[in-house]
Amino acid sequence: MFLVFLRSAIRLSTTFLFGSTGETITERAGHLNLGIPGIMCLGAAGACVGEEAYLKGLSDMSQANGFAVVIIGILCAMLFAGAGGLLYAFLTITLRSNQNVSGLAITTFGVGITNFIIPQVDVTGFTTVVSKAFTAYAPGADRAGWFSDLFLTYGCLVYIAIVLAILVAGFIKRSKQGLSLRAVGENPAAADAVGINVIKYKYIACIVGAGISGLGGLFFIFDYLGGNWEYTIEALGWLSIALVIFSVWRPNIGIAGSILFAAFYILPSYVNVPFQYRELIKMIPYVVTIIVLIAISLLRKKELQPPASLGVPYFREER
Amino acid sequence: MENEITKEVSEVSPEEEKTTEVEQVEEVKDDTPVIELRGISKHFGEVRANNNINLTLKKGEILAILGENGSGKTTLMNMISGIYYPDEGQIFINGKEVQIRSPQDAFENHIGMIHQHFKLVDVFTAADNIILGDKILKVDNRKVLNSYFSDYRGSISSAKEVRDAALNAENPEARSRIYAKYLMKRQRAYLKVAIKTAVMPLLRFWERNKFNYLARGRIEAIQHYIKKFGFDIDLSKKIYDMSVSEKQTVEIIKVLYRGANILILDEPTAVLTPQEIRKLFDVLRKMKEDDKAIIIITHKLNEVMEISDRVSVLRKGEYIGTVNTAETNYKELTEMMVGKKVDLNIDRKDPVDPKPRLVINNLTIQNNEGRKVIDDISFTANGGEILGIAGIAGNGQKELLEGIAGLQRVESGEIIFHNPKENKPVTFFHNDIKQIKEKAEKGMFHYPDGTPVVLKGKSNGEIKKLVNNEQILYYENEIINLRDKKPREIQELGIKLSFVPEDRLNMGLVGNMSIVDNMLLRSYRKGKTAFLNRKRPKNLADNIIEELEVVTPSDQTPVRRLSGGNVQKVLVGREISSSPKVLMAAYPVRGLDINSSYLIYNLLNKQKEKNVAVIFVGEDLDVLLELCDRILVLCGGKITGIVDGKTAKKDEVGLLMTKHVGEENDSTQENNEVEEVEDNGIKQN
Repeated sequence: MFLVFLRSAIRLSTTFLFGSTGETITERAGHLNLGIPGIMCLGAAGACVGEEAYLKGLSDMSQANGFAVVIIGILCAMLFAGAGGLLYAFLTITLRSNQNVSGLAITTFGVGITNFIIPQVDVTGFTTVVSKAFTAYAPGADRAGWFSDLFLTYGCLVYIAIVLAILVAGFIKRSKQGLSLRAVGENPAAADAVGINVIKYKYIACIVGAGISGLGGLFFIFDYLGGNWEYTIEALGWLSIALVIFSVWRPNIGIAGSILFAAFYILPSYVNVPFQYRELIKMIPYVVTIIVLIAISLLRKKELQPPASLGVPYFREER
Repeated sequence: MENEITKEVSEVSPEEEKTTEVEQVEEVKDDTPVIELRGISKHFGEVRANNNINLTLKKGEILAILGENGSGKTTLMNMISGIYYPDEGQIFINGKEVQIRSPQDAFENHIGMIHQHFKLVDVFTAADNIILGDKILKVDNRKVLNSYFSDYRGSISSAKEVRDAALNAENPEARSRIYAKYLMKRQRAYLKVAIKTAVMPLLRFWERNKFNYLARGRIEAIQHYIKKFGFDIDLSKKIYDMSVSEKQTVEIIKVLYRGANILILDEPTAVLTPQEIRKLFDVLRKMKEDDKAIIIITHKLNEVMEISDRVSVLRKGEYIGTVNTAETNYKELTEMMVGKKVDLNIDRKDPVDPKPRLVINNLTIQNNEGRKVIDDISFTANGGEILGIAGIAGNGQKELLEGIAGLQRVESGEIIFHNPKENKPVTFFHNDIKQIKEKAEKGMFHYPDGTPVVLKGKSNGEIKKLVNNEQILYYENEIINLRDKKPREIQELGIKLSFVPEDRLNMGLVGNMSIVDNMLLRSYRKGKTAFLNRKRPKNLADNIIEELEVVTPSDQTPVRRLSGGNVQKVLVGREISSSPKVLMAAYPVRGLDINSSYLIYNLLNKQKEKNVAVIFVGEDLDVLLELCDRILVLCGGKITGIVDGKTAKKDEVGLLMTKHVGEENDSTQENNEVEEVEDNGIKQN
């Protein structure tokens, strides 16, 4: 029972991890993208559109190549989500509009347009061919032993999410571009003064961040739900944003954090609690986030604080 | 394989650097100025910040740009360093016309600017900040490719040798054996090439980043500059732990590391102590010897005379002229800068009837680390008198004033405030009828004409009428211990602190609000309705703008868009306008030009005449001696002396500033400081 619970938590955590890794990149550039829920929806919608087109192009569904299905899913999800990120970037970087308002608008927009797209998508094959491709695991592994069951039998996106989180964490901490990215988020004027192209960094961070977040939606639909559409991605998006705070803007901490969040999220289905208390348990991640916020404020350690210019638009000739 | 490429690349970079340096030296060998500005203009909305400016800078010289606040010095320099783009005019670097559209362009032209408000990332270390955005160490694609091809050619040719050996072999068996060997060797060569081709992008990425950006000799490169110009800095220290002077050092190393040959320093001395200024000037001189061209923006004449070779003067956005420092004097420069002859005398009147206003008894204040920053000091500030506080920065001045204003926790001691209330009407708010009768019997009240109030035989109705018509007045010398009062209560008692911090905008003013709204901040609590009344604050703002000559498009302009000096005028003006009883002004003229400074001094004098107790913390000893009636000298949190402003000598005060009471252990350091203080005094003369 516990094994099943843990396995399920690790699976669901992938959604949060993609979302928070992407959002971390965006926030490190000083942009608080509250549109992540919408962008995750867009990612899922994009994947659905892509898969539909791919399956339609085949004469027979059984001809579908699992590898192609996965690649098309990832590319389309990133494309749609990235487009959402581009829109957000244009609003907040070029037009310098308020980031919170723009982000919330993107959420509304993303959810709305997804609700428009999904009913028009022909879902035949989603629960069979596509879902099978996404949940397929390495040939050698099987679900017999507990080790293999717990570590080796997930779909490829789970491993991609973890590797990506580690890579992004290393990139932010150790690479020169990562240093520049952090500088853009902390003090864009300082970054600008040393010749870093602040606008370029911000655009790339917003688009790439949104693209990665979009994979969270893709995973949720085709792996976790097995190809069924369900309108719960938005809630997961908010949790992803909370996870960014929980991980103190470090995706490697986010790996553990995402599993914790996912565990709380699915806990009501595994323990016997009265129905009215279920939502209370689901709420625990938000409480944990608030506790983390309190802790980092009390610690007063500057390194743990959010990027200093988070939410502040940058204009060079501003005096 | 990896090692080969690494070696190749690391060999490339220093060579590249050297060659570029040689090129630069050749370029400026002739007499062409390194920078020439022709007809530069820049407008901000309706404000003309720069109009038709011409300027030249030569190699190996220090050019001072002198001008009052808001004369467009910083704007002009921002155009050279790529922050602003000029509306009109041309910029020539080494005789070639250039377009500087971004800071990156400026760096490519070897221009580095050290801004007045440092552009550093707080949570980064010094090294991180210096390296940030570094583009010096580039991987030379051609060289990497060459090494790759030579490797390939080498493998193939060695394989070919085997093949030739095979062809020459007599025995067919041996031939086929050797030929097989050749095939294997060739295959291996191809495989090597294939692997290299596949791995190379990754290697190149690794090479660029090393996954630790501090690797690849970057630290060594920084150390080179630190040694060369004699900086004193800890590279692993975080910026938020640094003093202003250290931050400035980081900024300077940063532009040097980027290969700047032209350095622009925007008011570098405004926030430094005399010792730090001396250190900075030593560094600047070393740079000058190293043939770097330096522009220093300032309005301090003594510094201009000390450090610069030539002086260019700006006034209200216009270019006035350039003179050689050796051939000019204070008077000429002042006239060029201000445009009219200025009277630089402070009119010090004798204090009229000074009465104790603020009595400090055995005050002790500890800082966060538990060190005593104010150690058992006692003094009295009188009404109608200016009490100067002298001392080297960081000897407790800030803590003392903040302690009085209630912003710092006081460990022990008393702060007694004598609050004279003259001719205040008695109100029912404070007393009921019974109390008024009792107090009147004791003779505490008087009528407006001065005769004592007699309430015997008067009905309650009559008394009420008298009180309501404000006919019953009282005089009271209220004695209040400020120690346990809250900052706002202290402020409402009329004790005003106009503290000019290192960052003017963070303390006292709200940058995004207009001048009027910043005035409103002080008075909105007095409003009787829920709505704001902007009329009086607006009048006040307009008065300050007019009297203090604040340069601003309108009174609705957000404060952050004013230049530094103007921001300060708004701040000081507001505090003075609130008719205080004690006015504490810390460094009120820091960063202000001569004209504005004297405006502030006169304002303080006017307050003194109004019987206000003025406490003035200053840096310039000459001004302290000219302005203050008494001067209190702080050193190490203790009072080392209180001298009379009229009779004291500068040397005397300078000595007191470095006399550690009861501390003899660091006597060598003291001597140094004494020298410096005296030197500083002489410079100012």
